[in-house]
Amino acid sequence: MTGFLLRRVGGALFVLFALSVLVYAVFYVAPGDVARIACGPRCSTAQIDQVSAQLRLDDPVYAQYWHFLQGIVAGRDYSTGTEIAHCGAPCLGFSYQSDQQVTELILAKLPVTASLVTGAFVLWIIIGVGTGVLSVWRRGRLSERVLTWLTLAGTATPVFVIGLLLIIVFCSTLAWLPFPQYVPLTEDPEQWMWNLLLPWFALALLESAKYARLTRSSMLETLAEDHVRTFRAFGVSERAILGRHALRGAVAPVIALSALDFGTMFGGAVLTESLFGIPGLARELVEAVRTVDLPVVVGLVLVIGFFVVLANTVADVLYAVADRRVVLA
Amino acid sequence: MSLIEVTDLSVDFGSVRAVDKVSFTLEPGAALGVVGESGSGKSTVAYALLGLHRGTGASVAGAVEVAGVDVAAASDPELRALRGGKAAMVFQDPLSALDPYYAVGDQIAEVYRVHRKVSRRAARARAVEVLDRVGIADAARRSRSRPHEFSGGMRQRALIAMALACEPRVLIADEPTTALDVTVQAQILDLLHELRAETGLGLLLVTHDVGVAAESVDDILVMRHGKVVERGPVGEVLAAPSQAYTRELLAAVPRIEGAGRASVPGPRFEAEAAAPAGAGEPVLEARDLRKVYGKRAKAFTAVDGVSVAVHAGETLGIVGESGSGKTTLGRMLVGLLAPDGGSVSRTAEVQMVFQDPGSALNPRRSIGESIADPLRARGEKDEGRIRARVDELLVRVGLEAAHYDRYPHEFSGGQRQRVCIARALAPSPRLIVCDEPVSSLDVTTQAQVLDLLDELRRELGLALVFIAHDLAVVRQVSDRVAVMRRGRVVESGTVAEVYGAPQDPYTKQLLAAVPALDPSAAALRRSERRELAEVA
Repeated sequence: MTGFLLRRVGGALFVLFALSVLVYAVFYVAPGDVARIACGPRCSTAQIDQVSAQLRLDDPVYAQYWHFLQGIVAGRDYSTGTEIAHCGAPCLGFSYQSDQQVTELILAKLPVTASLVTGAFVLWIIIGVGTGVLSVWRRGRLSERVLTWLTLAGTATPVFVIGLLLIIVFCSTLAWLPFPQYVPLTEDPEQWMWNLLLPWFALALLESAKYARLTRSSMLETLAEDHVRTFRAFGVSERAILGRHALRGAVAPVIALSALDFGTMFGGAVLTESLFGIPGLARELVEAVRTVDLPVVVGLVLVIGFFVVLANTVADVLYAVADRRVVLA
Repeated sequence: MSLIEVTDLSVDFGSVRAVDKVSFTLEPGAALGVVGESGSGKSTVAYALLGLHRGTGASVAGAVEVAGVDVAAASDPELRALRGGKAAMVFQDPLSALDPYYAVGDQIAEVYRVHRKVSRRAARARAVEVLDRVGIADAARRSRSRPHEFSGGMRQRALIAMALACEPRVLIADEPTTALDVTVQAQILDLLHELRAETGLGLLLVTHDVGVAAESVDDILVMRHGKVVERGPVGEVLAAPSQAYTRELLAAVPRIEGAGRASVPGPRFEAEAAAPAGAGEPVLEARDLRKVYGKRAKAFTAVDGVSVAVHAGETLGIVGESGSGKTTLGRMLVGLLAPDGGSVSRTAEVQMVFQDPGSALNPRRSIGESIADPLRARGEKDEGRIRARVDELLVRVGLEAAHYDRYPHEFSGGQRQRVCIARALAPSPRLIVCDEPVSSLDVTTQAQVLDLLDELRRELGLALVFIAHDLAVVRQVSDRVAVMRRGRVVESGTVAEVYGAPQDPYTKQLLAAVPALDPSAAALRRSERRELAEVA
């Protein structure tokens, strides 16, 4: 198990390194006037020279990358022309739009996205797996067909449709909930929850459809296996067979998929964040791309990539814990 | 009152009648064997005893009463109380018959708690107790292992332990030893015999293997196409079968004693009587072959210094249990695997026939194309010549030229193996390595395929390497035999030497484990095995 763990973590570190090289290459080593692109369309010649100096564009490419990496690991100093600003590790540079440190900018947005994703995650697992189990339990009956139809509809409906419907029904017509407006958890936990409830559900309903189908198909697959026949032949009730044996077979695939989704969602909940006015990472990314704020884009891509890789590694390890045969293979 | 009373049982799957008006009874403490080839409906009968067809779409007619429970009329809870509580079932493949995610002891405890109102702790204790009873050493510790950490024999023991947990009155065993090696099979059959003597439970044994039935039951029921062909005390039925089908079935069973291949008359046999075996020129010579899988600490030596030579026109049998390295050796002989040590010299084309003809053929390719593949691979481009050669081969292996455009699923297992043999023959090899060519076939089909191989050998002067776990089959087809164990050849010689006067203790153990067709000899063999086990 230890060897397996070390191999996975080593692999993850390598992927992160490769990602940083790739991202750096795509944005900073691209042909053209990098300083002009990096600085943005409204920069003056003086500003462009300053950016060029900051990025040390006269150095060879590997040295440039080395400074970039150094900044992440140990921090680096930036000359802004008149003074020298220190950017502590992990330094991802400065935004050309707001002069803020990219790290600070991301750290400010991270809890927002984390709030959204974590809550939605809990909901989508409960709703998705629950629906899956229910449709297996009622298999062959009308209720199963209705559930299957609902999950299909769920997969096919875009989040902004579900989200808008939720807002119209619960905020406008029934007025049970406030129009969502992000309140940090540290400020007011209760308001945090009430305001996030709709975004959570909007995201979870969409995602849960996938989990319902996965749970259902994994359970049906297990039910067709020989060992289920054994337990039936030994008088074990259908409920125990579903709950103990069939569901157990669905655990590993659900873990694998959910860890992946959890990681991807850090940068992927763009529509949900925009629709509900949640100032998260994905919205920031869209904004940075729009204003060609390269340091912010690079920083965000790296951070989001970090979460995806982290989630993947956690998924691998959890999968091995859920199904011990993996480690042996 | 009888433990099992079945009257006019019929089971239909849609329009197919799997079981047709079968009746029998089983008394307490008695053992009944249900014998038949695949598709005879024997397992369907066993499933009906526990009402396992309920809710599957099969329609069941007739009366089935097991341990006083009317299976057709019983409510679901009554049926569940019967299953495992009064009548327990043991299945064929013990790996897939247990849940891979839970510890073996927990699975037994789960079943126990279905039938007895006891605490988890007490159920676990019971699980350890029954595991110990079926001969799992260090049962308390091993009960925490998952099924994949058990060997095949241990898994079957665990399944029997699960069946014993609630002290049922009937044990229904559906091919309980089919997936096991012959020595392990003997241990399991001995265990079943012992349990029956000790607890007085009734045993219903479903098997395709007449030898297994002969060893273990009092009465026998021979089934074919869903009907009972013959029934009676096992000694009588096997010694003097009254029905033609039973005679046919018994004649097809390869035997470990009496006349072997020598009984097959052929021109070559007479010639060979004068010359010692292996007089033809050598077609293949392998020296000191080695194959290691895995690296460093996990390294496993599958084949460890094996030397064999095969001569034109002879059959070399390689016999061994699973994990003995016989398949790895076969693949190295053909050149499918590169040896890690030693050398193979082939003087002519060598081909291979694989174990499972179902998966050895591409299901999306017509059989004619599959047979043509090796010809095309050798650069033959003339479609007319290819077609003519394939047609000739199809006829040669007992199929029809018109079968060219058919697909593998349209054929039976035996026919598919004929296709595989035709494919191996296509490039005119001098040697064919057959890896378990008949182990997935019914005994009558098996006999036909063996006859075909022998015919080809005689007519084409082929040499064969025949790899199998079944000692009787190997004896029937081989001139010389090599016995493999743990990657090494422990004994080799002519059939008469190895089978008649085995020298190595392992060979002796293997031979003693083969079920005898004579029930009266069963007790003798059982004690023989016990002695050999004590020596070992």
